[in-house]
Amino acid sequence: MSTTVKTEVGGMEHFHTKPELNYLTNGHSIRSWLLTEDHKRIAMLYLISVSFFFLIGGLAAAGVRYELMSPAGNMMESETYNKLFTAHGAVMVFLFLLVAVPAVLGNFLIPLMIGARDLAFPRLNLLSWYLYMAAGTCIMLATLGGGVDTGWTFYTPYSSMYSNSNVSLTLLGVFLGGFSSITTGMNFIVTIHKMRAPGMTWFRLPLFIWGHYATGVIMLLGTPVVAITLLCVIFERTFQLPIYSPELGGDPVLFQHMFWFYSHPAVYIMILPAFGVISEIMTAFSRKRVFGYHMIAFSSLAIAFLGFLVWGHHMFVSSQSMYQSVIFSLLTFLLAVPSAIKVWNWTATMYKGNVVLASPMIYGIGFQGLFLVGGLTGPFLASYGNDIHLTATYFVVAHFHYVMVGGSIMGFLAGIHFWWPKMTGRLYNESVAKWNGLLVFVGFNLTFFPQFIVGWMGMPRRYHYYYFAPEFQPYHIMSTLGASFLGIGFVIPVIYMVHSLFKGERATDNPWNAHGLEWNTSSPPPTENFRYKVIVTDDVYDYDPVAEHENDMQLAGGKA
Amino acid sequence: MSHAAHGDEFNVLKFQYEDMDQQNDSYIVGMWTFLVTEVMFFGMLFLTYSLYRANYQNDWFTAHEQLDWKLGGINTANLLFSSFLMATAVRQAQLKDRKGVLLRLAGVLACAFGFLVIKYVEYSGKYEHHLFPGPGFAPDVTHFHGANLDHVQLFFGLYFAMTGLHGVHVLVGILVIGALAMMWFKGKKIVTEDYVPTELVGLYWHFVDIVWIFLYPLFYLMPNPSVGSGGGNH
Repeated sequence: MSTTVKTEVGGMEHFHTKPELNYLTNGHSIRSWLLTEDHKRIAMLYLISVSFFFLIGGLAAAGVRYELMSPAGNMMESETYNKLFTAHGAVMVFLFLLVAVPAVLGNFLIPLMIGARDLAFPRLNLLSWYLYMAAGTCIMLATLGGGVDTGWTFYTPYSSMYSNSNVSLTLLGVFLGGFSSITTGMNFIVTIHKMRAPGMTWFRLPLFIWGHYATGVIMLLGTPVVAITLLCVIFERTFQLPIYSPELGGDPVLFQHMFWFYSHPAVYIMILPAFGVISEIMTAFSRKRVFGYHMIAFSSLAIAFLGFLVWGHHMFVSSQSMYQSVIFSLLTFLLAVPSAIKVWNWTATMYKGNVVLASPMIYGIGFQGLFLVGGLTGPFLASYGNDIHLTATYFVVAHFHYVMVGGSIMGFLAGIHFWWPKMTGRLYNESVAKWNGLLVFVGFNLTFFPQFIVGWMGMPRRYHYYYFAPEFQPYHIMSTLGASFLGIGFVIPVIYMVHSLFKGERATDNPWNAHGLEWNTSSPPPTENFRYKVIVTDDVYDYDPVAEHENDMQLAGGKA
Repeated sequence: MSHAAHGDEFNVLKFQYEDMDQQNDSYIVGMWTFLVTEVMFFGMLFLTYSLYRANYQNDWFTAHEQLDWKLGGINTANLLFSSFLMATAVRQAQLKDRKGVLLRLAGVLACAFGFLVIKYVEYSGKYEHHLFPGPGFAPDVTHFHGANLDHVQLFFGLYFAMTGLHGVHVLVGILVIGALAMMWFKGKKIVTEDYVPTELVGLYWHFVDIVWIFLYPLFYLMPNPSVGSGGGNH
């Protein structure tokens, strides 16, 4: 562990808190939390709020799943069902997936990993949390006060002209959430460019940072476009300002282009930070340097770049020209290359590594399995001809849940398990965590794999009954059963994590024996992150399996 | 780097930065990234404009004749002049000339108010002629030489959306420049000791200016598509 030169620097006293205080104990009032400018406390505020919204989105999903148990659709009206799946989609996408990994783990870890005292703009960071909470409030008020029935995609002209539900309030929420995302992205980009400790060169950055850098780029370039696009829908609904109006010669499909120009790259906002988490975990628990560091770093940037060129594959069955669709199809296939590079490199990292199956690694390997299935079903849908058959079926639903839930949420869980001792200074129950990882993996596959089959057979998405095809029922029952397991698998970590806060064993500074600046400071870190001046002298991930092995042998020999 | 060495600098240097260079660099990179998001924000509307204008060239040409290119031209000159004043204000900030900065910022504010007054005159004219889109849209058909009034309504929809969004940015500019001028007036060290905060406000104002530089020819100075090589409506 020699990634830093630890020298106490005179004259830094004015930044110091008392030595025994850490960021959690440095102030206990409500005010010290709600007006904090500390990136670690803001990350904890985000953790609590995203967990709450995940619960809401999960309850809506449960309603959808239980309704689909029977082909007749006898639990609720079609309209209620429409509002329920819209609530599920909108809450999960805008209030959980886009926020979870970057705003919780990214916020907490970026300054720690690059050796900075905080993000470049701490007050802007706090503002982003308030914008996020305002967004959550709008979407919650709209959902509970009557609901929205447009689906999370808000396609015009239905959303702009016909829907009588609370579309404008929901869109206002998404708009505010967009600004929260933009401010977070700005903060990340500036911090990574300007706040790195001396010696922390670009190619000594952990891959977690590269993932968040690419995410920041997408947040900056994509989010403003969807913000103005949705704002135009609000104006069209409230002031009849014509932008997409088909009755005046406007183009409602233009909305789809603008929406997917953001919302396709947005799935990389959800997955790139999770890629970063997995890169860290694979190398730490294989006890060797990550395979192909540069290629993983560049593939993140390639995904961010190519991600902006493929939005048309969401519109193969719209009025888009078929020649255009062929180009979009080709570009989408190209995008599979950088994603495959990552999975290949992680596998090569594990190969001949000294793999430790700790709980974060269980979730990490689970991520790889699920992301592989999600990723490989992508080319099915990217094939223009094939997609005509599969558009708006459960095959699509299964595909993006494998990527988003299997990818993003597994990555989030893996990351929370990995850095929990650093964030809270406590250890959770490791064996319960491992078994729970297995439960989530099995429950997930039971939920979504049958959806591939039933989707291929023709089950349309967003239908609340399927009396015309009762043979679909067994798949839906399997899926609902799996969803119940999955729900339990998401509740158990909340229990053992919260339990660890009160009863958990105290964590050492580096419980996993991992390399990286964040493991060199105390757990939990002090408000100023490092009590010494950070100077980086060594390469990133300088694991030395041979030395570790010899060390183990000596210890074993000494005992014998 | 002892406490004393920080001296006055410490009042201005924030906790998270090592020194003033790092702080100023971060501010400037932050401002430019913000402007990138602004470009994307307006970009969506410019794209929508391009699509509809390409589809309805003749109708839009007829619609654009309702706008007063002279008033728009005065506003363009007005904003260009304000940007010039802003650039010299940044120069005076570098020279730590408090009076010079205040004088020029007052000039910028006067120009910004002037811009909004002219915009108000234009908007109320359109409103009186029932050119504001929506249920109240009922223009005098004799002015439109048989153009498709639906497409004219789309034109005014985008006119109000784009110039309106720009107007909001001018309003925000007035608030920010006003706050900056107030800080200079009170002699706050954060602005008087270092020119970067003034530079940041200047960057924002030049952006607001440059958006208008695009809006003016697009809305007020259309070429006649049926003259020369321009195509008509297909």
